[in-house]
Amino acid sequence: MRKFIAIGLVYAIVQILIMTNLISGYFQATLVTIGINIILAVSLNLITGFTGQFSLGHAGFMSVGAYVCAIVTMRMPTIPGFILGVALGAVAAAILGFLVGLPTLRLRGDYLAIATLGMSEIIRIIFLNLEVTNGAAGLIGIPQFINWTWLFIFTVGTVLLLSNFVKSAHGRACISIREDEIAAEAMGIDTIRYKVIAFIIGAACAGIAGAIYASYFHYLEPNLFGFLKSVDVLVIVVLGGLGSLSGSMLAAILLALISTYLQSFPEIRMVLYSLILIIIMIFRPQGLMGSREISLSVFSKLGRNKLWDRFKSQKGGQ
Amino acid sequence: MLEIRNMDVHYGMIHALKDVSFEVYKGEIVVLIGANGAGKTTTLRTISGLQKPTNGQVILNGEDITNVSAQQRVKMGISHVPEGRRVFPGMTVLENLELGAYLRRDREGILEDLEKVYERFPILRDRRKQTAGTLSGGEQQMLAIGRALMGRPDILFLDEPSMGLAPILVQEIFDIIQSINKSGTTILLVEQNANMALQIADRAYVMETGSIVLSGTGSELMSSDEIKKAYLGG
Repeated sequence: MRKFIAIGLVYAIVQILIMTNLISGYFQATLVTIGINIILAVSLNLITGFTGQFSLGHAGFMSVGAYVCAIVTMRMPTIPGFILGVALGAVAAAILGFLVGLPTLRLRGDYLAIATLGMSEIIRIIFLNLEVTNGAAGLIGIPQFINWTWLFIFTVGTVLLLSNFVKSAHGRACISIREDEIAAEAMGIDTIRYKVIAFIIGAACAGIAGAIYASYFHYLEPNLFGFLKSVDVLVIVVLGGLGSLSGSMLAAILLALISTYLQSFPEIRMVLYSLILIIIMIFRPQGLMGSREISLSVFSKLGRNKLWDRFKSQKGGQ
Repeated sequence: MLEIRNMDVHYGMIHALKDVSFEVYKGEIVVLIGANGAGKTTTLRTISGLQKPTNGQVILNGEDITNVSAQQRVKMGISHVPEGRRVFPGMTVLENLELGAYLRRDREGILEDLEKVYERFPILRDRRKQTAGTLSGGEQQMLAIGRALMGRPDILFLDEPSMGLAPILVQEIFDIIQSINKSGTTILLVEQNANMALQIADRAYVMETGSIVLSGTGSELMSSDEIKKAYLGG
């Protein structure tokens, strides 16, 4: 219950700030980027952080969602058309995840990473050569439907869906595959099936993120979804902590804010950005959150003065 | 209750198991001994479905399960404690045990078995909130066995439970194996520690380079000159 009040509060505060123009149009774009990156990062975290399958193909799934949504909404520029576009985008990405996952998830570690990387490059080349995606020139004038409300619904929805999944028995099965695949199999867990399920859910969410991208920035070209996009998402996941959804969210917000504020130093922007990443990884090699989660009970614990108690007992011991 | 008929396994070009046949009867402790690379682990992995045989049959309670998936075999009452313990290091002891009952849906029975495991291994109760990776080798072995028991198996496979443990712990683990057997679980044990294993075995098979070369009761094999020379140090 408290969780939902907190979620509602975040929504209301930002909505008021937007209506009173305290959040500029430029910063709204940053908000959308944050939302998209959160969805991408938590869904890749399901595949890489929780299930332990190293995937470099997230940009591929994202691009499928983006193009499907764009093509649908350009033909049906209405709210139902938009919802249909997002849904079809997610479904198309999920189907692709299934088709790619079934043969490749028998591979392990580096081999899987290379296979998924190849898959996302193939998708990019296909979009580059298709008529309906307008090739390298890309699609322009995609109707914009995404606003703060829609963004919030999709982002919170994805996060809630995934956090429920990882806490369920299915999620436990996925984590056991990461921990020890042979032992998981010996326990009677169908490892291939769970790897494919994680892949499908992750791909569908990436498809939603792509659809949001298409619908907000109203321009798409295949090169937006290259190898580097997949790496960007992976950076967020690793930085936040493999196996921590709140870590992914925290890292997505942090990195978006850092790169927004670094815009003021265009010459050395990427140098600073990389430096910050290196420093964080040196001091927190397990990621910002490790595999822990932030929960609201942290605040109530603080309220009970735990830190103060510890401080007092330390003093008493001297 | 378990019968292996003319089983062959290949790893690529390597012929790992050659025409292996043996039987395990209900209530027995059967031991497979042999040197490194004799095919003991491969045999276990094939019976529990983690490895596909190129030839031969696995028969459980009169039913041919050669083409049944590993998951299904767990449901049919086979539990496998893999070599090297393989607990889930990042999960707590309790979570490890719960995963052992992954395929079961009877809440009451699971809690009952959890209590039994805690009774058998009191140390696991004390450490139930600790992550498994922080346990000592012996505790991890107990956890691995406890986790397998959570599946309420009819037959339990143990792959080198004494590996890397101090002698006093080895004795303890073997006592535990005997007591599990007494409470009604059939046991198929793979061991390099031939001396200890033969002491508790009802029957034993000796493997060498992929084939079974000798078989007999535990005491028969212990007094056999060949075995003494090759495995018991004198």
